[in-house]
Amino acid sequence: MEDLTSSKQDQENQELGEARRPWEEISASSQDPESGLSEPLEPEQWLETGPQPRSGPPQSPQSRASPPLDDVTGPGAPSPPSPAPEASFIPSTLALARQQLAAPWQSDRTTDVNPKAETPHSHRLEQSSDQGKSTAPQTCQSEGDTFQQSQQTERHLYGSEDVSNNNSKQKELRFNIFQEEDSNSNYELDHTESGISEGAPSPLEIAIQSAKAYLLKTSSKSGLNLYDHLSDMLTKVLDERPENAVDIIESISQDVKMAHFRKKLDTLQNENEMLPVYETAEKQKALFLQGNLEGVDQELEDEIAESSLPNVMESAFYFEQAGVGLGTDETYRIFLALKQLTDTHPIQRCRFWGKILGLEMNYIVAEVEFREGEDEEDVEEEDVTEERDDGDSDAEENDEDELPRTFYKTPQVIPKEENRTGANKYVYFVCNEPGGPWVKLPPVTPAQIVTARKIKKFFTGRLETPIVSYPPFPGNESNYLRAQIARISAGTHVSPLGFYQFGEEEGEEEEEVEGRRDSFEENPDFEGIQVIDLVESLSNWVHHVQHILSQGRCNWFNPIQKSEEEEEEEDEEKEEEKGEEPEYMEQEVGPPLLTPISEDLEIQNIPPWTTRLSSTLIPQYAIAILRSNLWPGAYAFSNGKKFENFYIGWGHKYSPDNYTPPALPPVYQEYPSGAEITEMDDPSVEEEQAFRAAREAAALPVEEMGETEEDEDEDDDSDQ
Amino acid sequence: MDAESLLLSLELASGSGQGLSPDRRASLLTSLMLVKRDYRYDRVLFWGRILGLVADYYIAQGLSEDQLSPRKTLYSLNCMEWSLLPPATEEMVVQTSVVKGRFMGDPSHEYEHTELQKMSEGEKVFEEEVVVQIKEETRLVSVIDQIDKAVAVIPRGALFKTPFGPIHVNRTFEGLSLSEAKKLSSYFHFREPVELKNKTLLEKADLDPSLDFMDPLEHDIPKGSWSIQMERGNALVVLRSLLWPGLTFFHAPRTKNYGYIYVGTGEKNIDLPFML
Repeated sequence: MEDLTSSKQDQENQELGEARRPWEEISASSQDPESGLSEPLEPEQWLETGPQPRSGPPQSPQSRASPPLDDVTGPGAPSPPSPAPEASFIPSTLALARQQLAAPWQSDRTTDVNPKAETPHSHRLEQSSDQGKSTAPQTCQSEGDTFQQSQQTERHLYGSEDVSNNNSKQKELRFNIFQEEDSNSNYELDHTESGISEGAPSPLEIAIQSAKAYLLKTSSKSGLNLYDHLSDMLTKVLDERPENAVDIIESISQDVKMAHFRKKLDTLQNENEMLPVYETAEKQKALFLQGNLEGVDQELEDEIAESSLPNVMESAFYFEQAGVGLGTDETYRIFLALKQLTDTHPIQRCRFWGKILGLEMNYIVAEVEFREGEDEEDVEEEDVTEERDDGDSDAEENDEDELPRTFYKTPQVIPKEENRTGANKYVYFVCNEPGGPWVKLPPVTPAQIVTARKIKKFFTGRLETPIVSYPPFPGNESNYLRAQIARISAGTHVSPLGFYQFGEEEGEEEEEVEGRRDSFEENPDFEGIQVIDLVESLSNWVHHVQHILSQGRCNWFNPIQKSEEEEEEEDEEKEEEKGEEPEYMEQEVGPPLLTPISEDLEIQNIPPWTTRLSSTLIPQYAIAILRSNLWPGAYAFSNGKKFENFYIGWGHKYSPDNYTPPALPPVYQEYPSGAEITEMDDPSVEEEQAFRAAREAAALPVEEMGETEEDEDEDDDSDQ
Repeated sequence: MDAESLLLSLELASGSGQGLSPDRRASLLTSLMLVKRDYRYDRVLFWGRILGLVADYYIAQGLSEDQLSPRKTLYSLNCMEWSLLPPATEEMVVQTSVVKGRFMGDPSHEYEHTELQKMSEGEKVFEEEVVVQIKEETRLVSVIDQIDKAVAVIPRGALFKTPFGPIHVNRTFEGLSLSEAKKLSSYFHFREPVELKNKTLLEKADLDPSLDFMDPLEHDIPKGSWSIQMERGNALVVLRSLLWPGLTFFHAPRTKNYGYIYVGTGEKNIDLPFML
């Protein structure tokens, strides 16, 4: 190949014949490294380049380009005139085209050739030369490659990326080729190269293949080639089918080019998607690991002895017999979460209360009883202070300009029950999913329970959500949740008769404010009830949670301030109050604790509870299952000795009628009707006159004159 | 849910809390196989359970080759013996719309409903109070039909429509991707499309006719009547209907597992607008 380089320098001085010979040599030699190339390709190239030297010369532009051609053709680059005679009739465009074909190949070798190229084609030549150069290592192999590239650029007859331009030029070439068919040189070449080519493909095919090869030539700068780029672009357009594709084709082209350099983001996206799964898994892994702190035997024993954790899995097993439950896997995680709760808080007793479904997230509720004295209640009393705004109060008063005082008294806020009593007997913790943080719910106030009875709202799953309703709920979702939990517990927590009994009390409870027994304890002598009995008769089950009065509390609170003596008298259970005060309230009475559930009210002929045996196929080991019809989702099971309550649902009461929001109350009479407030009609003229007359009459000493004057006045008035 | 993947589906749907007890599960597995053979169904779905006061109804549905053709509904009280229910008619739905309250659990139970009917005797036209007896079976049929039409769900891509009309199960359905799974528009009502023809041509142009031939859940009224949640991290997406509480649809993204089950009292939640 170095022969070639040296030979190029002699280009000007060599005859065609010499050119041909070395050309043949070169073709032979160059074909060897080109073994990879398709044979028809090469000879075609040579076919094309062959005649060029012959065709170039007669015309000046060609002659300038022919030295490059001559290089292609070999060390003996024919002198410009020599090829002329044989192909003189070949149109200039064809020759130029051929020159271009030849040029890139030569450009690998020389740089000085290119400046000689004619300007119209120079940029193309340079382009192709650039392409050729960039990819031209100086080895034999590389020469083969560059040759290939040059072939490709030769295929890319017209080096611009303008497809349309290409097409037009290709058409020209074809046209030229057809014209060229008449050229002897072609035929000569055909003859000479017929051995190499396989049956001389038609010029059209030659042209197509040359065009394709040109298109396939790789860019020296970016490593792309036009063919692939065009196919990518067209694929993208066909896939996406944008509107007015022809107008945005350039930007599509740029996008496709940029896409080559973009990293494949698919794997990254996948990672993001799975991230929440991993986070949850991490959180739950923490659950599993918490137990493995030190593993000292001593601690283990302590833990087992003092465990306040219920056996959630056992209850879950029984509930599964009823067809109720969260699945073993989920239940176990909840179990671990409960353990975490008991480890972090000083808890006496803990129970998995249930799950309340929400719109966005769910709540897992744990019922907890703190150890004695470890109660963490520190909430300031935010109760609204009473505003007694009697008209009798003598506080700052200006006798004149005094605004009328309303006799509206804010109804006294009924205080919430103390912790560990009544509705606040237990403390509830919630979390959104096992592994999440446990949040303590605030104690419930009677006002919240009363309002909760009047509204019906879905839980969203976020505790801070405000509850927008009528009547307005005093609190946000955490309060509403707590109120519903209290109602559900009061309504549906049942146990077999005899499981709990009242504690032994020494004296009567007359002295106490609450005349009701509100404490119970487990009956150590409980022998269990037959499962069949539990199923058949509801009187074998009792409520063990105090009923909530309509006031909102379990223990009656009298809102009327009275002297203590009277209070005590009135608060006794049995007495009905017939006070002398204008306002009094009847004490609300509810069913006492440990009432059998057979006493529960029906809902429009629907029994409040449904009992079932868990399995009819194997009754020996079946358990009794209670399902509440009042609170759909509340279940209780018992196998005679053990029992448990559970709730899973949306947290609403069942009502066969549609929910209607309460009507607005009538407009309240705020102010005492009195002379200052009452609106009167404006007096008519006569009335005014009469009034004035009467006043004057009264002001004057009683005289006949006054009377006569009045009379006169009256007459005057009446005249007017 | 498909009877073939019953156990797995029950496990996945357990987040709503109501499932089946082990003996019911075992009975279902065997009996649904037999039902499929006896009635020659292409696919048998376990539809769910309607809780009655005395007993519960277990409902199954059988599908033929064409997935959207009317399904045959069967019910059982003990998961072993199945009885075919008559197909629902408009008349039935109207008739049973007056019945309120819980299901009894006894298929022969009759609800009594008094209504005023115009009776004409000769030339006199007067209103008379007529006591109409409605059988619980009829009510069951119409409730199941209503639930199916309102809230039966199927993910996009699970079925495809051939140009000849019949709709087939898409065996190449690999599950929705995570981003798709969180959107309501990737789920369709599993019924003949109602809203589809009301779409404008522009909207229809973006649809793929072989996959998008059913109504999506997105435009259900009232808005927000579906609660869509991801459980177990992002490994399971659960849709719960608020209009018919008790209907749970589950799908594990990127897998073929999906299904829906109804376990509830069979009553529509008419208070929904107040509750949202």
